[in-house]
Amino acid sequence: MAEPYVELKSVSKYFGSVVALKDVSFDVCPGEVHCLLGDNGAGKSTLIKTLSGVYAPDEGEIRVQGKPTRFASPADTRNSGIATVYQDLALVPLMSVARNFFLGREPMRKFGPISQFDAEFANRTAYDELAAMGIQLRDPEQPVGTLSGGERQCLAIARAVYFGAKVLILDEPTSALGVHQASVVLKLIVQSKARGIGVIFISHNVHHAYVVGDRFTLLKRGRCTGTYAKSEIDRDQLLNLMAGGKELVDLEQELGKVAKNSSA
Amino acid sequence: MAAEIRDERVRSVSRLSRLLSRPELGAAAGTVLVFVFFAITAGNTGLFSAKGIINFLEVSAQLGILAAPVALLMIAGEFDLSVGSMIGFAGILIAIPSVFWGWPIWLSLLFSFAVCGGIGALNGLAVVRTGLPSFIVTLGSLFMLRGLTLGLTRGISGRTQVSGVHELALHDPLNSLFSGQVFSGLIAWLSDIGLVGKRADGLPSISGIPVSIVWWIVLTLVCTWLLTRSRFGNWIFAAGGEANAARNLGVPVARTKITLFVMTAMAAALFAAIQVLVTGSADTLRGTQKEFEAIIAVVIGGTLLTGGYGSAIGAMFGALIFGVVQMGIFYTGIDTDWFKLFMGAMMVIAVLFNSYVRNRAMRSR
Ligand SMILES: Nc1ncnc2c1ncn2[C@@H]1O[C@H](COP(=O)(O)OP(=O)(O)OP(=O)(O)O)[C@@H](O)[C@H]1O
Ligand SMILES: [Mg+2]
Repeated sequence: MAEPYVELKSVSKYFGSVVALKDVSFDVCPGEVHCLLGDNGAGKSTLIKTLSGVYAPDEGEIRVQGKPTRFASPADTRNSGIATVYQDLALVPLMSVARNFFLGREPMRKFGPISQFDAEFANRTAYDELAAMGIQLRDPEQPVGTLSGGERQCLAIARAVYFGAKVLILDEPTSALGVHQASVVLKLIVQSKARGIGVIFISHNVHHAYVVGDRFTLLKRGRCTGTYAKSEIDRDQLLNLMAGGKELVDLEQELGKVAKNSSA
Repeated sequence: MAAEIRDERVRSVSRLSRLLSRPELGAAAGTVLVFVFFAITAGNTGLFSAKGIINFLEVSAQLGILAAPVALLMIAGEFDLSVGSMIGFAGILIAIPSVFWGWPIWLSLLFSFAVCGGIGALNGLAVVRTGLPSFIVTLGSLFMLRGLTLGLTRGISGRTQVSGVHELALHDPLNSLFSGQVFSGLIAWLSDIGLVGKRADGLPSISGIPVSIVWWIVLTLVCTWLLTRSRFGNWIFAAGGEANAARNLGVPVARTKITLFVMTAMAAALFAAIQVLVTGSADTLRGTQKEFEAIIAVVIGGTLLTGGYGSAIGAMFGALIFGVVQMGIFYTGIDTDWFKLFMGAMMVIAVLFNSYVRNRAMRSR
């Protein structure tokens, strides 16, 4: 596989006495989807916040294209091509799709001494970029509030891709979506990958992760319990690892007992 | 081929629903209603003569000068309750240096604009830094500025009113910017062709357009351009719509809001400059309740109280309704006591209508 675009090398992060990450290594290459799986509190959010420059690692280092790097701020991280799409998506519901697309990076057009927002370019670009990713907008000037959850997710992703993201970090992008909406987002992830973007996909949902993922890393209580290529593992094994196979079997037996007792 | 036709239909429908979800729609309809109402009830009282029109436009212009930047501030999600007191304070800042310290009027004017701009920046800084609601912060400014105005004026002049500005302003280079009239030639010509009535002595019934009306229109156009065509406008909508998202995308939310507080304070100073130079005096009670009138005009104009949505053109309609109703009630001879009842009711209806339009805009898929 190609050289990783960004890597974490034996990173640890502590919050007082809480060990949020311990000796975790993680990387993503251009054109691959690397899924990060783990239970609640496993440290997934902490890991991506470290990757996106919100936290500095207490131990270990971050490398971008092989070079050890310290991010000064989230904006600094964005400038080095690593874009994070958070759960809140950073969208303004009452503003139009096109204006959201370019918020903070407005295209300007000069008319003599004054330069003004190039609405026509913004509308056309937002429309085309989303169309290229399979989202047909009714109107680039419709408010984002009128989009469905999946479409909003796609807008946030398309925006990051348009502004030159080399690595996309998606924190549970499908968790709040129905089956159809989730499949739209999953398609978009595959499209981004086809464009040579490295995607870090955080999810609770093994089914979603397995259809798009190339590699899977499991986190448990702040530790990395293994990284598997898709060829090394099938969906059920992954499900077992993720849910802690034994726990599921126990749960099944327990539920069986409950059912028997209540029917007796 | 078939696909093209369908696409065309989708587009034209969306254009109509886009028009119907414009924030100023309600205010435009309200303006038409109010005009029709007074055309019927006050059609022959002179309300719609050239003189009557100038009268209500002047009332509207004064309020509209405040309402345009207040609309921008409210779209950014903040209130400025200090603009009314700022008007009184700015008037004193013009009159006292000129009358008591011998400053030329132009210097007092610049002084007043500078000090008010500075206080606006302090308002903005206080809101942004403390994270307190601007409603509370500027309520404090409302009282502090009024107190300061009274204290300073009485301390320096011994009274609450400072007059005698007219004589000093007569030959001042900035005088005609804020008082007097423009387009006198045009009005004379309109009078010659019979579009503007003549007085008994043969002169036109009005001698020109008061300069405040020009300020109102120019300010509304500038604010509209800022809102819809500038980068700053995008930031205003974003700051009021979802400040956190805006910040995450690198929008300077704090700077945007502070700039808007400076703009509302400067608008109050402009209001005061016009008032002081037209009347020739300043009074400590000037501008009382203008903050609320401006908010009413803005809300009637379709701006949401919660921010993120609205327009400056709408605020212009709001101010126009205000002026027409105030003068219309006067011309029809209805007791003017009823004016406030009417405007208050208008605002409540506007708020209900606005949230309906907003919901409609968010539903139109
Ligand atoms: N800012 C913080 N201060 C103190 N402790 C923290 C902080 N952030 C996270 N933690 C702790 O670190 C551990 C890992 O949390 P993290 O949010 O990374 O988990 P997660 O895998 O994202 O879980 P979830 O699936 O619930 O989102 C948890 O025990 C959490 O309580
Ligand atoms: Mg998390």
